[in-house]
Parts: sequence; C-alpha cells; structure tokens
Amino acid sequence: MKTVAVETLDAAAAGRAPDDNTLNDPTQHTPLVLGDNDFTSLTDKVCGIVEKPRPPKAWYVAFAASTALTGVLFLMIGYLILTGVGVWGVNNPVGWGWAIVNFVFWVGIGHAGTLISAILFLLRQKWRTSINRFAEAMTIFAVICAGIFPAIHVGRIWVVHWLFPIPNYQAMWPNFRSPLLWDVFAVGTYMLVSLMFWYTGMIPDLATLRDRAVTKLRHSIYGFFALGWRGSHRHWHRYEKAYLILAGLATPLVLSVHSVVSFDFATSQLPGWHTTIFPPYFVAGAIFSGFAMVGTLLLPARKWFGLKEIVTLYHLENMNKIILVTGSMVGYAYATEFFIAWYSGNTTEAFTFVNRAFGPYAWAYWIMVTCNVVSPQLFWFKKLRTNTTVMMFVYILVNIGMWFERFVITVTSLSRDFLPGSWGYYSPTIVDILTFAGSFGLFFTLFLLFIRYLPMVAMAEVKTVIPIAHIEGEHRPVGDYHGDIPHTHVDNDAGVHQKGDKR
Amino acid sequence: MSVSADTNATESSRLFGLLVEFEDPNDLVSACRRVRDAGFEKWDAHTPFPIHGMDDAMGIRGTRLPLLILASGMTGLLLALLMQWWMNAVDYPLVISGKPLFGLPANIPVTFELTVLFSALATFFGMWGLNGMPRLYHPVFKSQRFRRATSDRFFIVIETTDPLFDSDRTREFVNSLGGTAVEDLKE
Repeated sequence: MKTVAVETLDAAAAGRAPDDNTLNDPTQHTPLVLGDNDFTSLTDKVCGIVEKPRPPKAWYVAFAASTALTGVLFLMIGYLILTGVGVWGVNNPVGWGWAIVNFVFWVGIGHAGTLISAILFLLRQKWRTSINRFAEAMTIFAVICAGIFPAIHVGRIWVVHWLFPIPNYQAMWPNFRSPLLWDVFAVGTYMLVSLMFWYTGMIPDLATLRDRAVTKLRHSIYGFFALGWRGSHRHWHRYEKAYLILAGLATPLVLSVHSVVSFDFATSQLPGWHTTIFPPYFVAGAIFSGFAMVGTLLLPARKWFGLKEIVTLYHLENMNKIILVTGSMVGYAYATEFFIAWYSGNTTEAFTFVNRAFGPYAWAYWIMVTCNVVSPQLFWFKKLRTNTTVMMFVYILVNIGMWFERFVITVTSLSRDFLPGSWGYYSPTIVDILTFAGSFGLFFTLFLLFIRYLPMVAMAEVKTVIPIAHIEGEHRPVGDYHGDIPHTHVDNDAGVHQKGDKR
Repeated sequence: MSVSADTNATESSRLFGLLVEFEDPNDLVSACRRVRDAGFEKWDAHTPFPIHGMDDAMGIRGTRLPLLILASGMTGLLLALLMQWWMNAVDYPLVISGKPLFGLPANIPVTFELTVLFSALATFFGMWGLNGMPRLYHPVFKSQRFRRATSDRFFIVIETTDPLFDSDRTREFVNSLGGTAVEDLKE
C-alpha cells in the first residue's frame, strides 16, 4: 500500500512538473509544503525575508511608486477639505458617487482575509496556514482604505465624531435605527477584531524574529511586540483556545459586515436597491473580489521572495476554485435580480434593470458582467486554473469587474429613479479619480512595509502541517491550532484514547 | 544520545531551574509524561508550535478563558441595548417616520456588533492576562540554547521552586529524560 501512495504522489513519475501538487486525490494527503523543508529551513526561509539587509530591487521600485500615490491621496483629501465636496462629481440626482463605490469595493476586498483566516480555520482547511497571515494583512489595509471614504464623504469632516455616540454640544445622539450608523459599528468592530486576530496569530512569529535578532534594536522592537512569548505549552493551551474563539467570533462578524453595508442600499426605497437579495449577494461578491486581490498580491510576492515551496500551486488552485464558486454565485444573483424585476410586475423596478443593461451606463454593466461572470469560468479547466499567467489575468479582471459592480449598483439607480424629470448623468472629476488611485497607493505602501518588516507566512502554523521525517507510531503528535479534544490523550504508538481507557 | 550537562562554575546567582533540550517532538511528549507522573508541578514545556497530546501529557486542565469571554460578551449585549434605548428613547427621544422610539429589530445590528467586540476584546486581553503577558523578562531568555525554542527545538524546564525539587535527584531524573542537552538556568 505504502509504495503505491509514494509513487502517485511523486509528481515527476506521473509526468507532472516537480512543483505540481494538484493531484487532488482524496485518498492521499496533499503535501502542503514542498521540497526538503523541516522546522529549521521553514524558520530560515520566512525570517530570512525580513532579516535580509536589503529587499529585492523590485521592492524599492514598488515602494517609491506607492508612496508617491499615497502622497496624491493626501493631497486630494486636503484639497477636498479646504474646498468642499463640490470638487467631486457628486450632485443631484447622484449624491453617492465614487466615494461610496470605493468604500464598498475596499470593504469587500477585506472579506477574503477573514474568510481564509477564520472560516477556513473552523472548517479545518489546513492549506490556509500558508496564506492566512498574508490575507489578514490585506484585510486590515483594505479596511483602512475603506474607512477613509465615508469619513471624507461626510462633507464637514471636522464634525465626523458625530458618527459616534459621544456627547457633543448639541446634546444629540446618533440615530441607532439608521443603517449608516450600523455601518460605523460594523466596520469599526471588523477593523478592531481583524487587528486582534492578526496580532494574536503573529505573537509566536514575532518571538521567533526576536530570538534570531542580531542587533539590539531589532531584539528590543520585536521583543516588545512579542510580549515575552516563550512557547510555553501552558501558554499555547490558552492561546489555541483564544485563537479558536476569535475565529468563531470573526466568522459571523464578517458575514454581518457586508450585510450591513448592503443595508445602506437595501433599506432605502430606490428601485434596484430595495431588495432582500442584497446581503447574501454582497457577501458572495465581497469574498469573490477579496480572493482576486489576495491572488494579485500573492503571485508576485511568492515569486520575489522565493516562497513557492510554501505557497504552492495547490494553494493557488484552491483559491481559484473559490473564485469560480463565488463568481458563479454573483452571476446567479445578477440573473435573479432580473428575474425578480420582471416577476414582481413592478414597472419601475423592471425599467431600472433594463436601464442598467441597455441605458446610458450599459458600458459599465457589460464590463461588470464580462469580468465577474465570464472571466472566472476559465477556472473550470484545470490547465487554466493552474497556470499563473491565466490566474493573474483573471484576478485583474475580477478586481476591475467588482469595482464596476458597485459603480453600477450605486450610480444607475440614483441617476434614473421614479421621475424622468429628475434624471441625470453622473461623471467623476479628476479629483475623484486621483483619490481612488491614491487609495491604492496607501494600500500597497502598507503592504510593502508589512512584507519587509513582519513575517508574511505564519511559521508556527505551517510547522504543524509539514510532513515530519521520523514519525513514531501511527499518530502525528503535531497540532493544528484547534487544541486538544478534552478527556483524550494521544499515544504515539496506539492512537487516541478516551480518558477511562486502560493505557 | 549524548547528554552534556553544562554546570556553570560561577554560582553567583540562584538556580531558577533545569532546562532539557529535545530535537524531536515525540521525545518531548514522552518526557513530559514522565515529568507529570513524577509529580512535578512547577514545570513547563516550550515548543515552537502547539503539539497535540501535550495537554494530557502535561496534565493541564481546561482554561477559564471561555467563561470570561461569555461574561464579557453578555456585558456588551446588555450595554448596547441599554445605550440605544437610553440615547434614542429617553435622553433625546428621536422620532423617525413615526416608528417606536425603541424597537428591537432596528437595534439588533449594533447590539450584535458590540457583543462580538466585547467578546473579542475579552479573548485578546484575557489570553494575555491568564498567560501573564506581556512579560519581557524571564530566566529562560538568558540561555543561548533556548533561543531555538521559537524555531526548531523543544524544551522542558523544571523549576527549583517545585516542592519535589532536589538538586541531586532532580538532576539525575532530568538526565534520564532522553534530551540532547541539559542546562542550568539562573534566576
């Protein structure tokens, strides 16, 4: 039996490339880390990226470009505050322009990180360990970018604290029955919980960097943030419990966040917005767009930093399958919206959808459909979903398509509502465009700093899934961050027992 | 396996405990069972990642953390409801489309978010508190060998404050655990 398993797992013998572990045979364990890696080499590889005196040249080029764009973002925000929201293209009837589109776009991107880190964790998808740190970082930076837009959209930004229930001179409180206020709580909680989850996961790895530090400064800084972690198993016991509970909390939270974002639209009475399909449809779209963004960042990062043995083709293929599923769900939601618009017999609703597909914004609608519904269908074919060039192509298209989805939803409904007399056509100004481009600058700047100074692969977690050379007995004593099952003990030579069993 | 005992010649500071190093997690788990069965209480295992079966091998009981989180989450839930009711229905009654001043459905989202937030804060800081973190100094950090505890080596530390600790017999016991090295840890 064992020889057969070894033969089929050996990629070269089966005529596949040596770095191809996409056999997907359910009777065999797929190797999640390739090459001759053990605990030592994993630590060296991941820490080596951060410890190198200089990053690769491409990093400098990317960093210069993204900081320049970040500068543009802050210039545009400054100009907006000094002049007023008139510098944007928003006016009657379209009062929600690019700012809201960008907000929904960035919040949506964040969702993939939480899906990978929390939901796949609860589902015991062990392949997540190679990419979860990376994806969680993306979540946090995307939520930072998202938070900027509603804050600068309020007009009088100097009274933005009125969004929060803190006493002010008018002695008024926020309206807790408004979905816009729900957003403040949902996105704020999401940001804080994501940050805590990310940091909790990073504590053991920060301790690794501390223990390998060669200069006093590095030792002090990493040591400070590692909080004195020393791998004590009594600590690991509570740590694993905390990590599991944080995953359990983040799971319903992430579903609630984009649901609440969709309520901003769905609780209004505007045709095209006032629908019950919005929460699940928004959540599926969010995960779809987020996975595309994770892929966009992951492909160059694994190449530049030599992580192809840790972030393998199998990981990418799994992500592409999720993109195919969620992309098809989004396509199904588009079709359902049309069906309901016709089936409801509501003429305004029916008009809104015909107008979306064939009205003045038809160009945006068909970009959205091509990118979001058609392009992921390439992933039905294994040859295409395991080809990195095709992947990158689809990821970029999905990123574009999902931005256009939010544009179509926001702008088409507002520009043509019940009264033809109040119709209009919305176009952005150069300030709108530069602000959005600038938010990408901020996103990439934060990301480049992250891959330079923090461990981008969760080392402690990956070590629990690598094949270990010498396993005595049947059961691997290595954990997967889920903690032990109470009242059981694991025997190296006899498997798992209940507490009462004779040893 | 060769066991090298570095007993330091200069006994300037007090002994904190004995450190045993292992290269293989399997050896560590077997050794932990022996330390547990010997009846030690003030001891610990240090590993670069969590190892299954260790809770039992070390005789660790369940943590109180989930109870703390439940209490905190419930506090968040009650505070959220109280806040929304007091602010919108009592302190400054806000009439919106003639709807009731306090109606549960409209107040659920904020209540849910604050329940999650309070639970997460309790998880995060509760884990710190129960683990005694942050603690930037600890005797184990003095050991050069121990620096690999966060990378690829596995350790057991038996502290001198353990009631069963006896400098000769415990040293003999530690040497018999099958580790690759034994070291004295100074306070």
